[in-house]
Amino acid sequence: MERVFAALWRLLVAAALLGFVAPPVLAALGLVSGADLVNYLQQVVSGAALGCVYALVALGIVLIYKATETINFAQGELMMLGAFLCFTFVAILGLPFWAGALLGIGACAVLGMATDRIVVRPVVGQPAFAIVMVTLGFGFVARSLASVIPGWGTDTHTIVTPFANQIVALGPVVISQDHAAIIVATALLCGLLYLFFTHTKLGLAMQAASQNQLAAYYMGIPVKTVFTMIWGVSAGVAAIAGLMLAPIAFVHTQMGMIIFKAFPAAVLGGFGSIPGAIVGGLVIGIVEALAGFYLPEGFKDVAAYVVLLVVLLLKPEGIFGHVRKKKV
Amino acid sequence: MRFLLRTSYGQDIRLFPFGGAPALWTGLALWAAIVGGLNVASLPLVREGWLALAAGYALVFGLVLSRWGGAAFWYGLLGVAVIVAPMLVGTYFVGQLTFVFVYAIAGVGLVILLGLAGQISLGHAAFFACGAYVAAILNAEGWDILVSLPAAVLVSAVLGVVIGLPALRMTGIYLGFATYAFAFIVEEILARWDSVTNGTLGIAVGSPVLGYESWGWQAVLETEVELYFLALALFVGTLVVGLNVQRSPTGRAMMAIRDSETAAASMGVNLAVTKTTAFALSAAMAGLAGALYGHVLHFISPEQFTILLSINLLVMMIVGGLGAMHGAVFGAVFLVMMPQAISALKGAMPPAEGLPEVLAFLVSLPSAPGFEAGIYGLIIILFIIFEPMGLHGLWLKVKTWFRLFPLYKKGMFKRQKSYMASERNR
Repeated sequence: MERVFAALWRLLVAAALLGFVAPPVLAALGLVSGADLVNYLQQVVSGAALGCVYALVALGIVLIYKATETINFAQGELMMLGAFLCFTFVAILGLPFWAGALLGIGACAVLGMATDRIVVRPVVGQPAFAIVMVTLGFGFVARSLASVIPGWGTDTHTIVTPFANQIVALGPVVISQDHAAIIVATALLCGLLYLFFTHTKLGLAMQAASQNQLAAYYMGIPVKTVFTMIWGVSAGVAAIAGLMLAPIAFVHTQMGMIIFKAFPAAVLGGFGSIPGAIVGGLVIGIVEALAGFYLPEGFKDVAAYVVLLVVLLLKPEGIFGHVRKKKV
Repeated sequence: MRFLLRTSYGQDIRLFPFGGAPALWTGLALWAAIVGGLNVASLPLVREGWLALAAGYALVFGLVLSRWGGAAFWYGLLGVAVIVAPMLVGTYFVGQLTFVFVYAIAGVGLVILLGLAGQISLGHAAFFACGAYVAAILNAEGWDILVSLPAAVLVSAVLGVVIGLPALRMTGIYLGFATYAFAFIVEEILARWDSVTNGTLGIAVGSPVLGYESWGWQAVLETEVELYFLALALFVGTLVVGLNVQRSPTGRAMMAIRDSETAAASMGVNLAVTKTTAFALSAAMAGLAGALYGHVLHFISPEQFTILLSINLLVMMIVGGLGAMHGAVFGAVFLVMMPQAISALKGAMPPAEGLPEVLAFLVSLPSAPGFEAGIYGLIIILFIIFEPMGLHGLWLKVKTWFRLFPLYKKGMFKRQKSYMASERNR
């Protein structure tokens, strides 16, 4: 049975890759018109941009899960708060964009650390379900608080980025600078995080804590502090995601709902795998964009979940997952 | 959770002589008997025939309670109270109580799934919706509840098995995500399948009907009180099934899986079958609750069955307590009372004019659009941090305090922490 599932999975991956590269090849062979190819590429790029946002939210979830075994259902709300903080610094206080954005990201990171310290720490060691519910509850509270804070409220806001209303042309494919900025920023952030986790003391400590809490503790790593730091990093990543989402969606209290797309991304990549979260986010984003363009209305909203279910069924541990089952 | 089984296996067999597998039959037989009684009471002759109904209930309660020992008196009193309640309170309150029973039915299912089997489901809204739509559509086609409710239960249970199937291959969080992906898809189907579900506009649901005109008798359960008794009857039936499952070998297998899948499998528990059973039972009960929900509310649309409903049901269980069936009832009472309490709070706030700015802000808080969700969130956080066994746990503490009176120790209910319970590095 396992073998059948594995074979089906390989078939699916091969088919997906083939489907993905087929249009350019077909176009090169002259079987598909140039205009159709441009449409296709356009959808792929805008899907990838949205997928990057999913990926960053998923990345935050995965960072926290990997280190602390906590599934953070409030990641979307952290993103929302991050976006609102950036909005406060840039639009309300009138700081220059980059300064305001940095301040917002920093403030959100502090908020993430506070969340860990106040809400999550008392529940550590309880069953996973308790932690899921406590973060869910925190999400509710955060959304509710954001809607009563003067200046934030339930209205939609925008953050004007330096890239607004400009485009990049890659041959015939036209990309808005906002989308391009998202993709570039995600790539940069991934590189930075990679360097952070492999070359800094704190990053290595985080890796150690995530691999074995007890062993890390015996090696002199203050595990609790490290966990708080991870929440900070994760909230910072969430704020960046919020900042990037702001130009393509708006800043409003319900933007945390994106978590219902980020979870499939995280699970798809194998919960607990950082490259997995990125790949998962991209896959979800691109599939969604293509489904929205080529399939009848309604498929766009469920595309992410259909992909998730199929992948979970064929390969329950996700694309890059490492869940090993104990043989009985 | 440690208080889940306070009885030995021998006691269990005495309490629930029906055993494990026949639990379902017991429930069905009870259900048929109760609905039969309701049927008699609804005949034109004894349309408001309370006595017949009350006698039927007394019989059922008596049967169950006769084996219960010490608590029988109090549960008996509760039984009498719920039977006479509609005579004493207004129709509005009767309606609220009906909703308590509706949610409690779903709650019993969640106790089985979450409390016993330890499986997370973020997709219970899908089962709820499925039950509601099946019952509503069959009702519109002219079928009576003897057909439509079992159909709703059956379809939901089948859906539960389908959702449970991934459970054969995945564990823990992955399962939760699979269920919620499934729920999203079901919600989308309900919104798009216009010819059957009337899309996002929703459908009006008729009153539950018993019997057919062609048979010469037909009763339409349209008053609040009749719906109340229907919900009560179904709740009691569900509760009996739930309690039986809890004590049966199947229930014990579920608990073994919850505590350690590896250990359970080593003891010969069939993980796949047991998990799927838990999902099917839980889904069936959620479907029944959904069917009733539609009938009581007289209107259903896809937007009532979003992820928020799934989360609300989980909140209900957190507040009520997952350790025992009591939790389902406590949680349901909370879920029904909460909106009332919040609107009462809104009404109680003095007008904001003329107050200092800070006070005016505080006074305006309850009317803010996100206030209710925030209060829910706060309640979840506080319960999980301070009272993880929910209202039921609180009740147990109070009871223990009185029973042991001068000897109660603070650490008695202390939770055990478990670190390193990683799913990745097992």
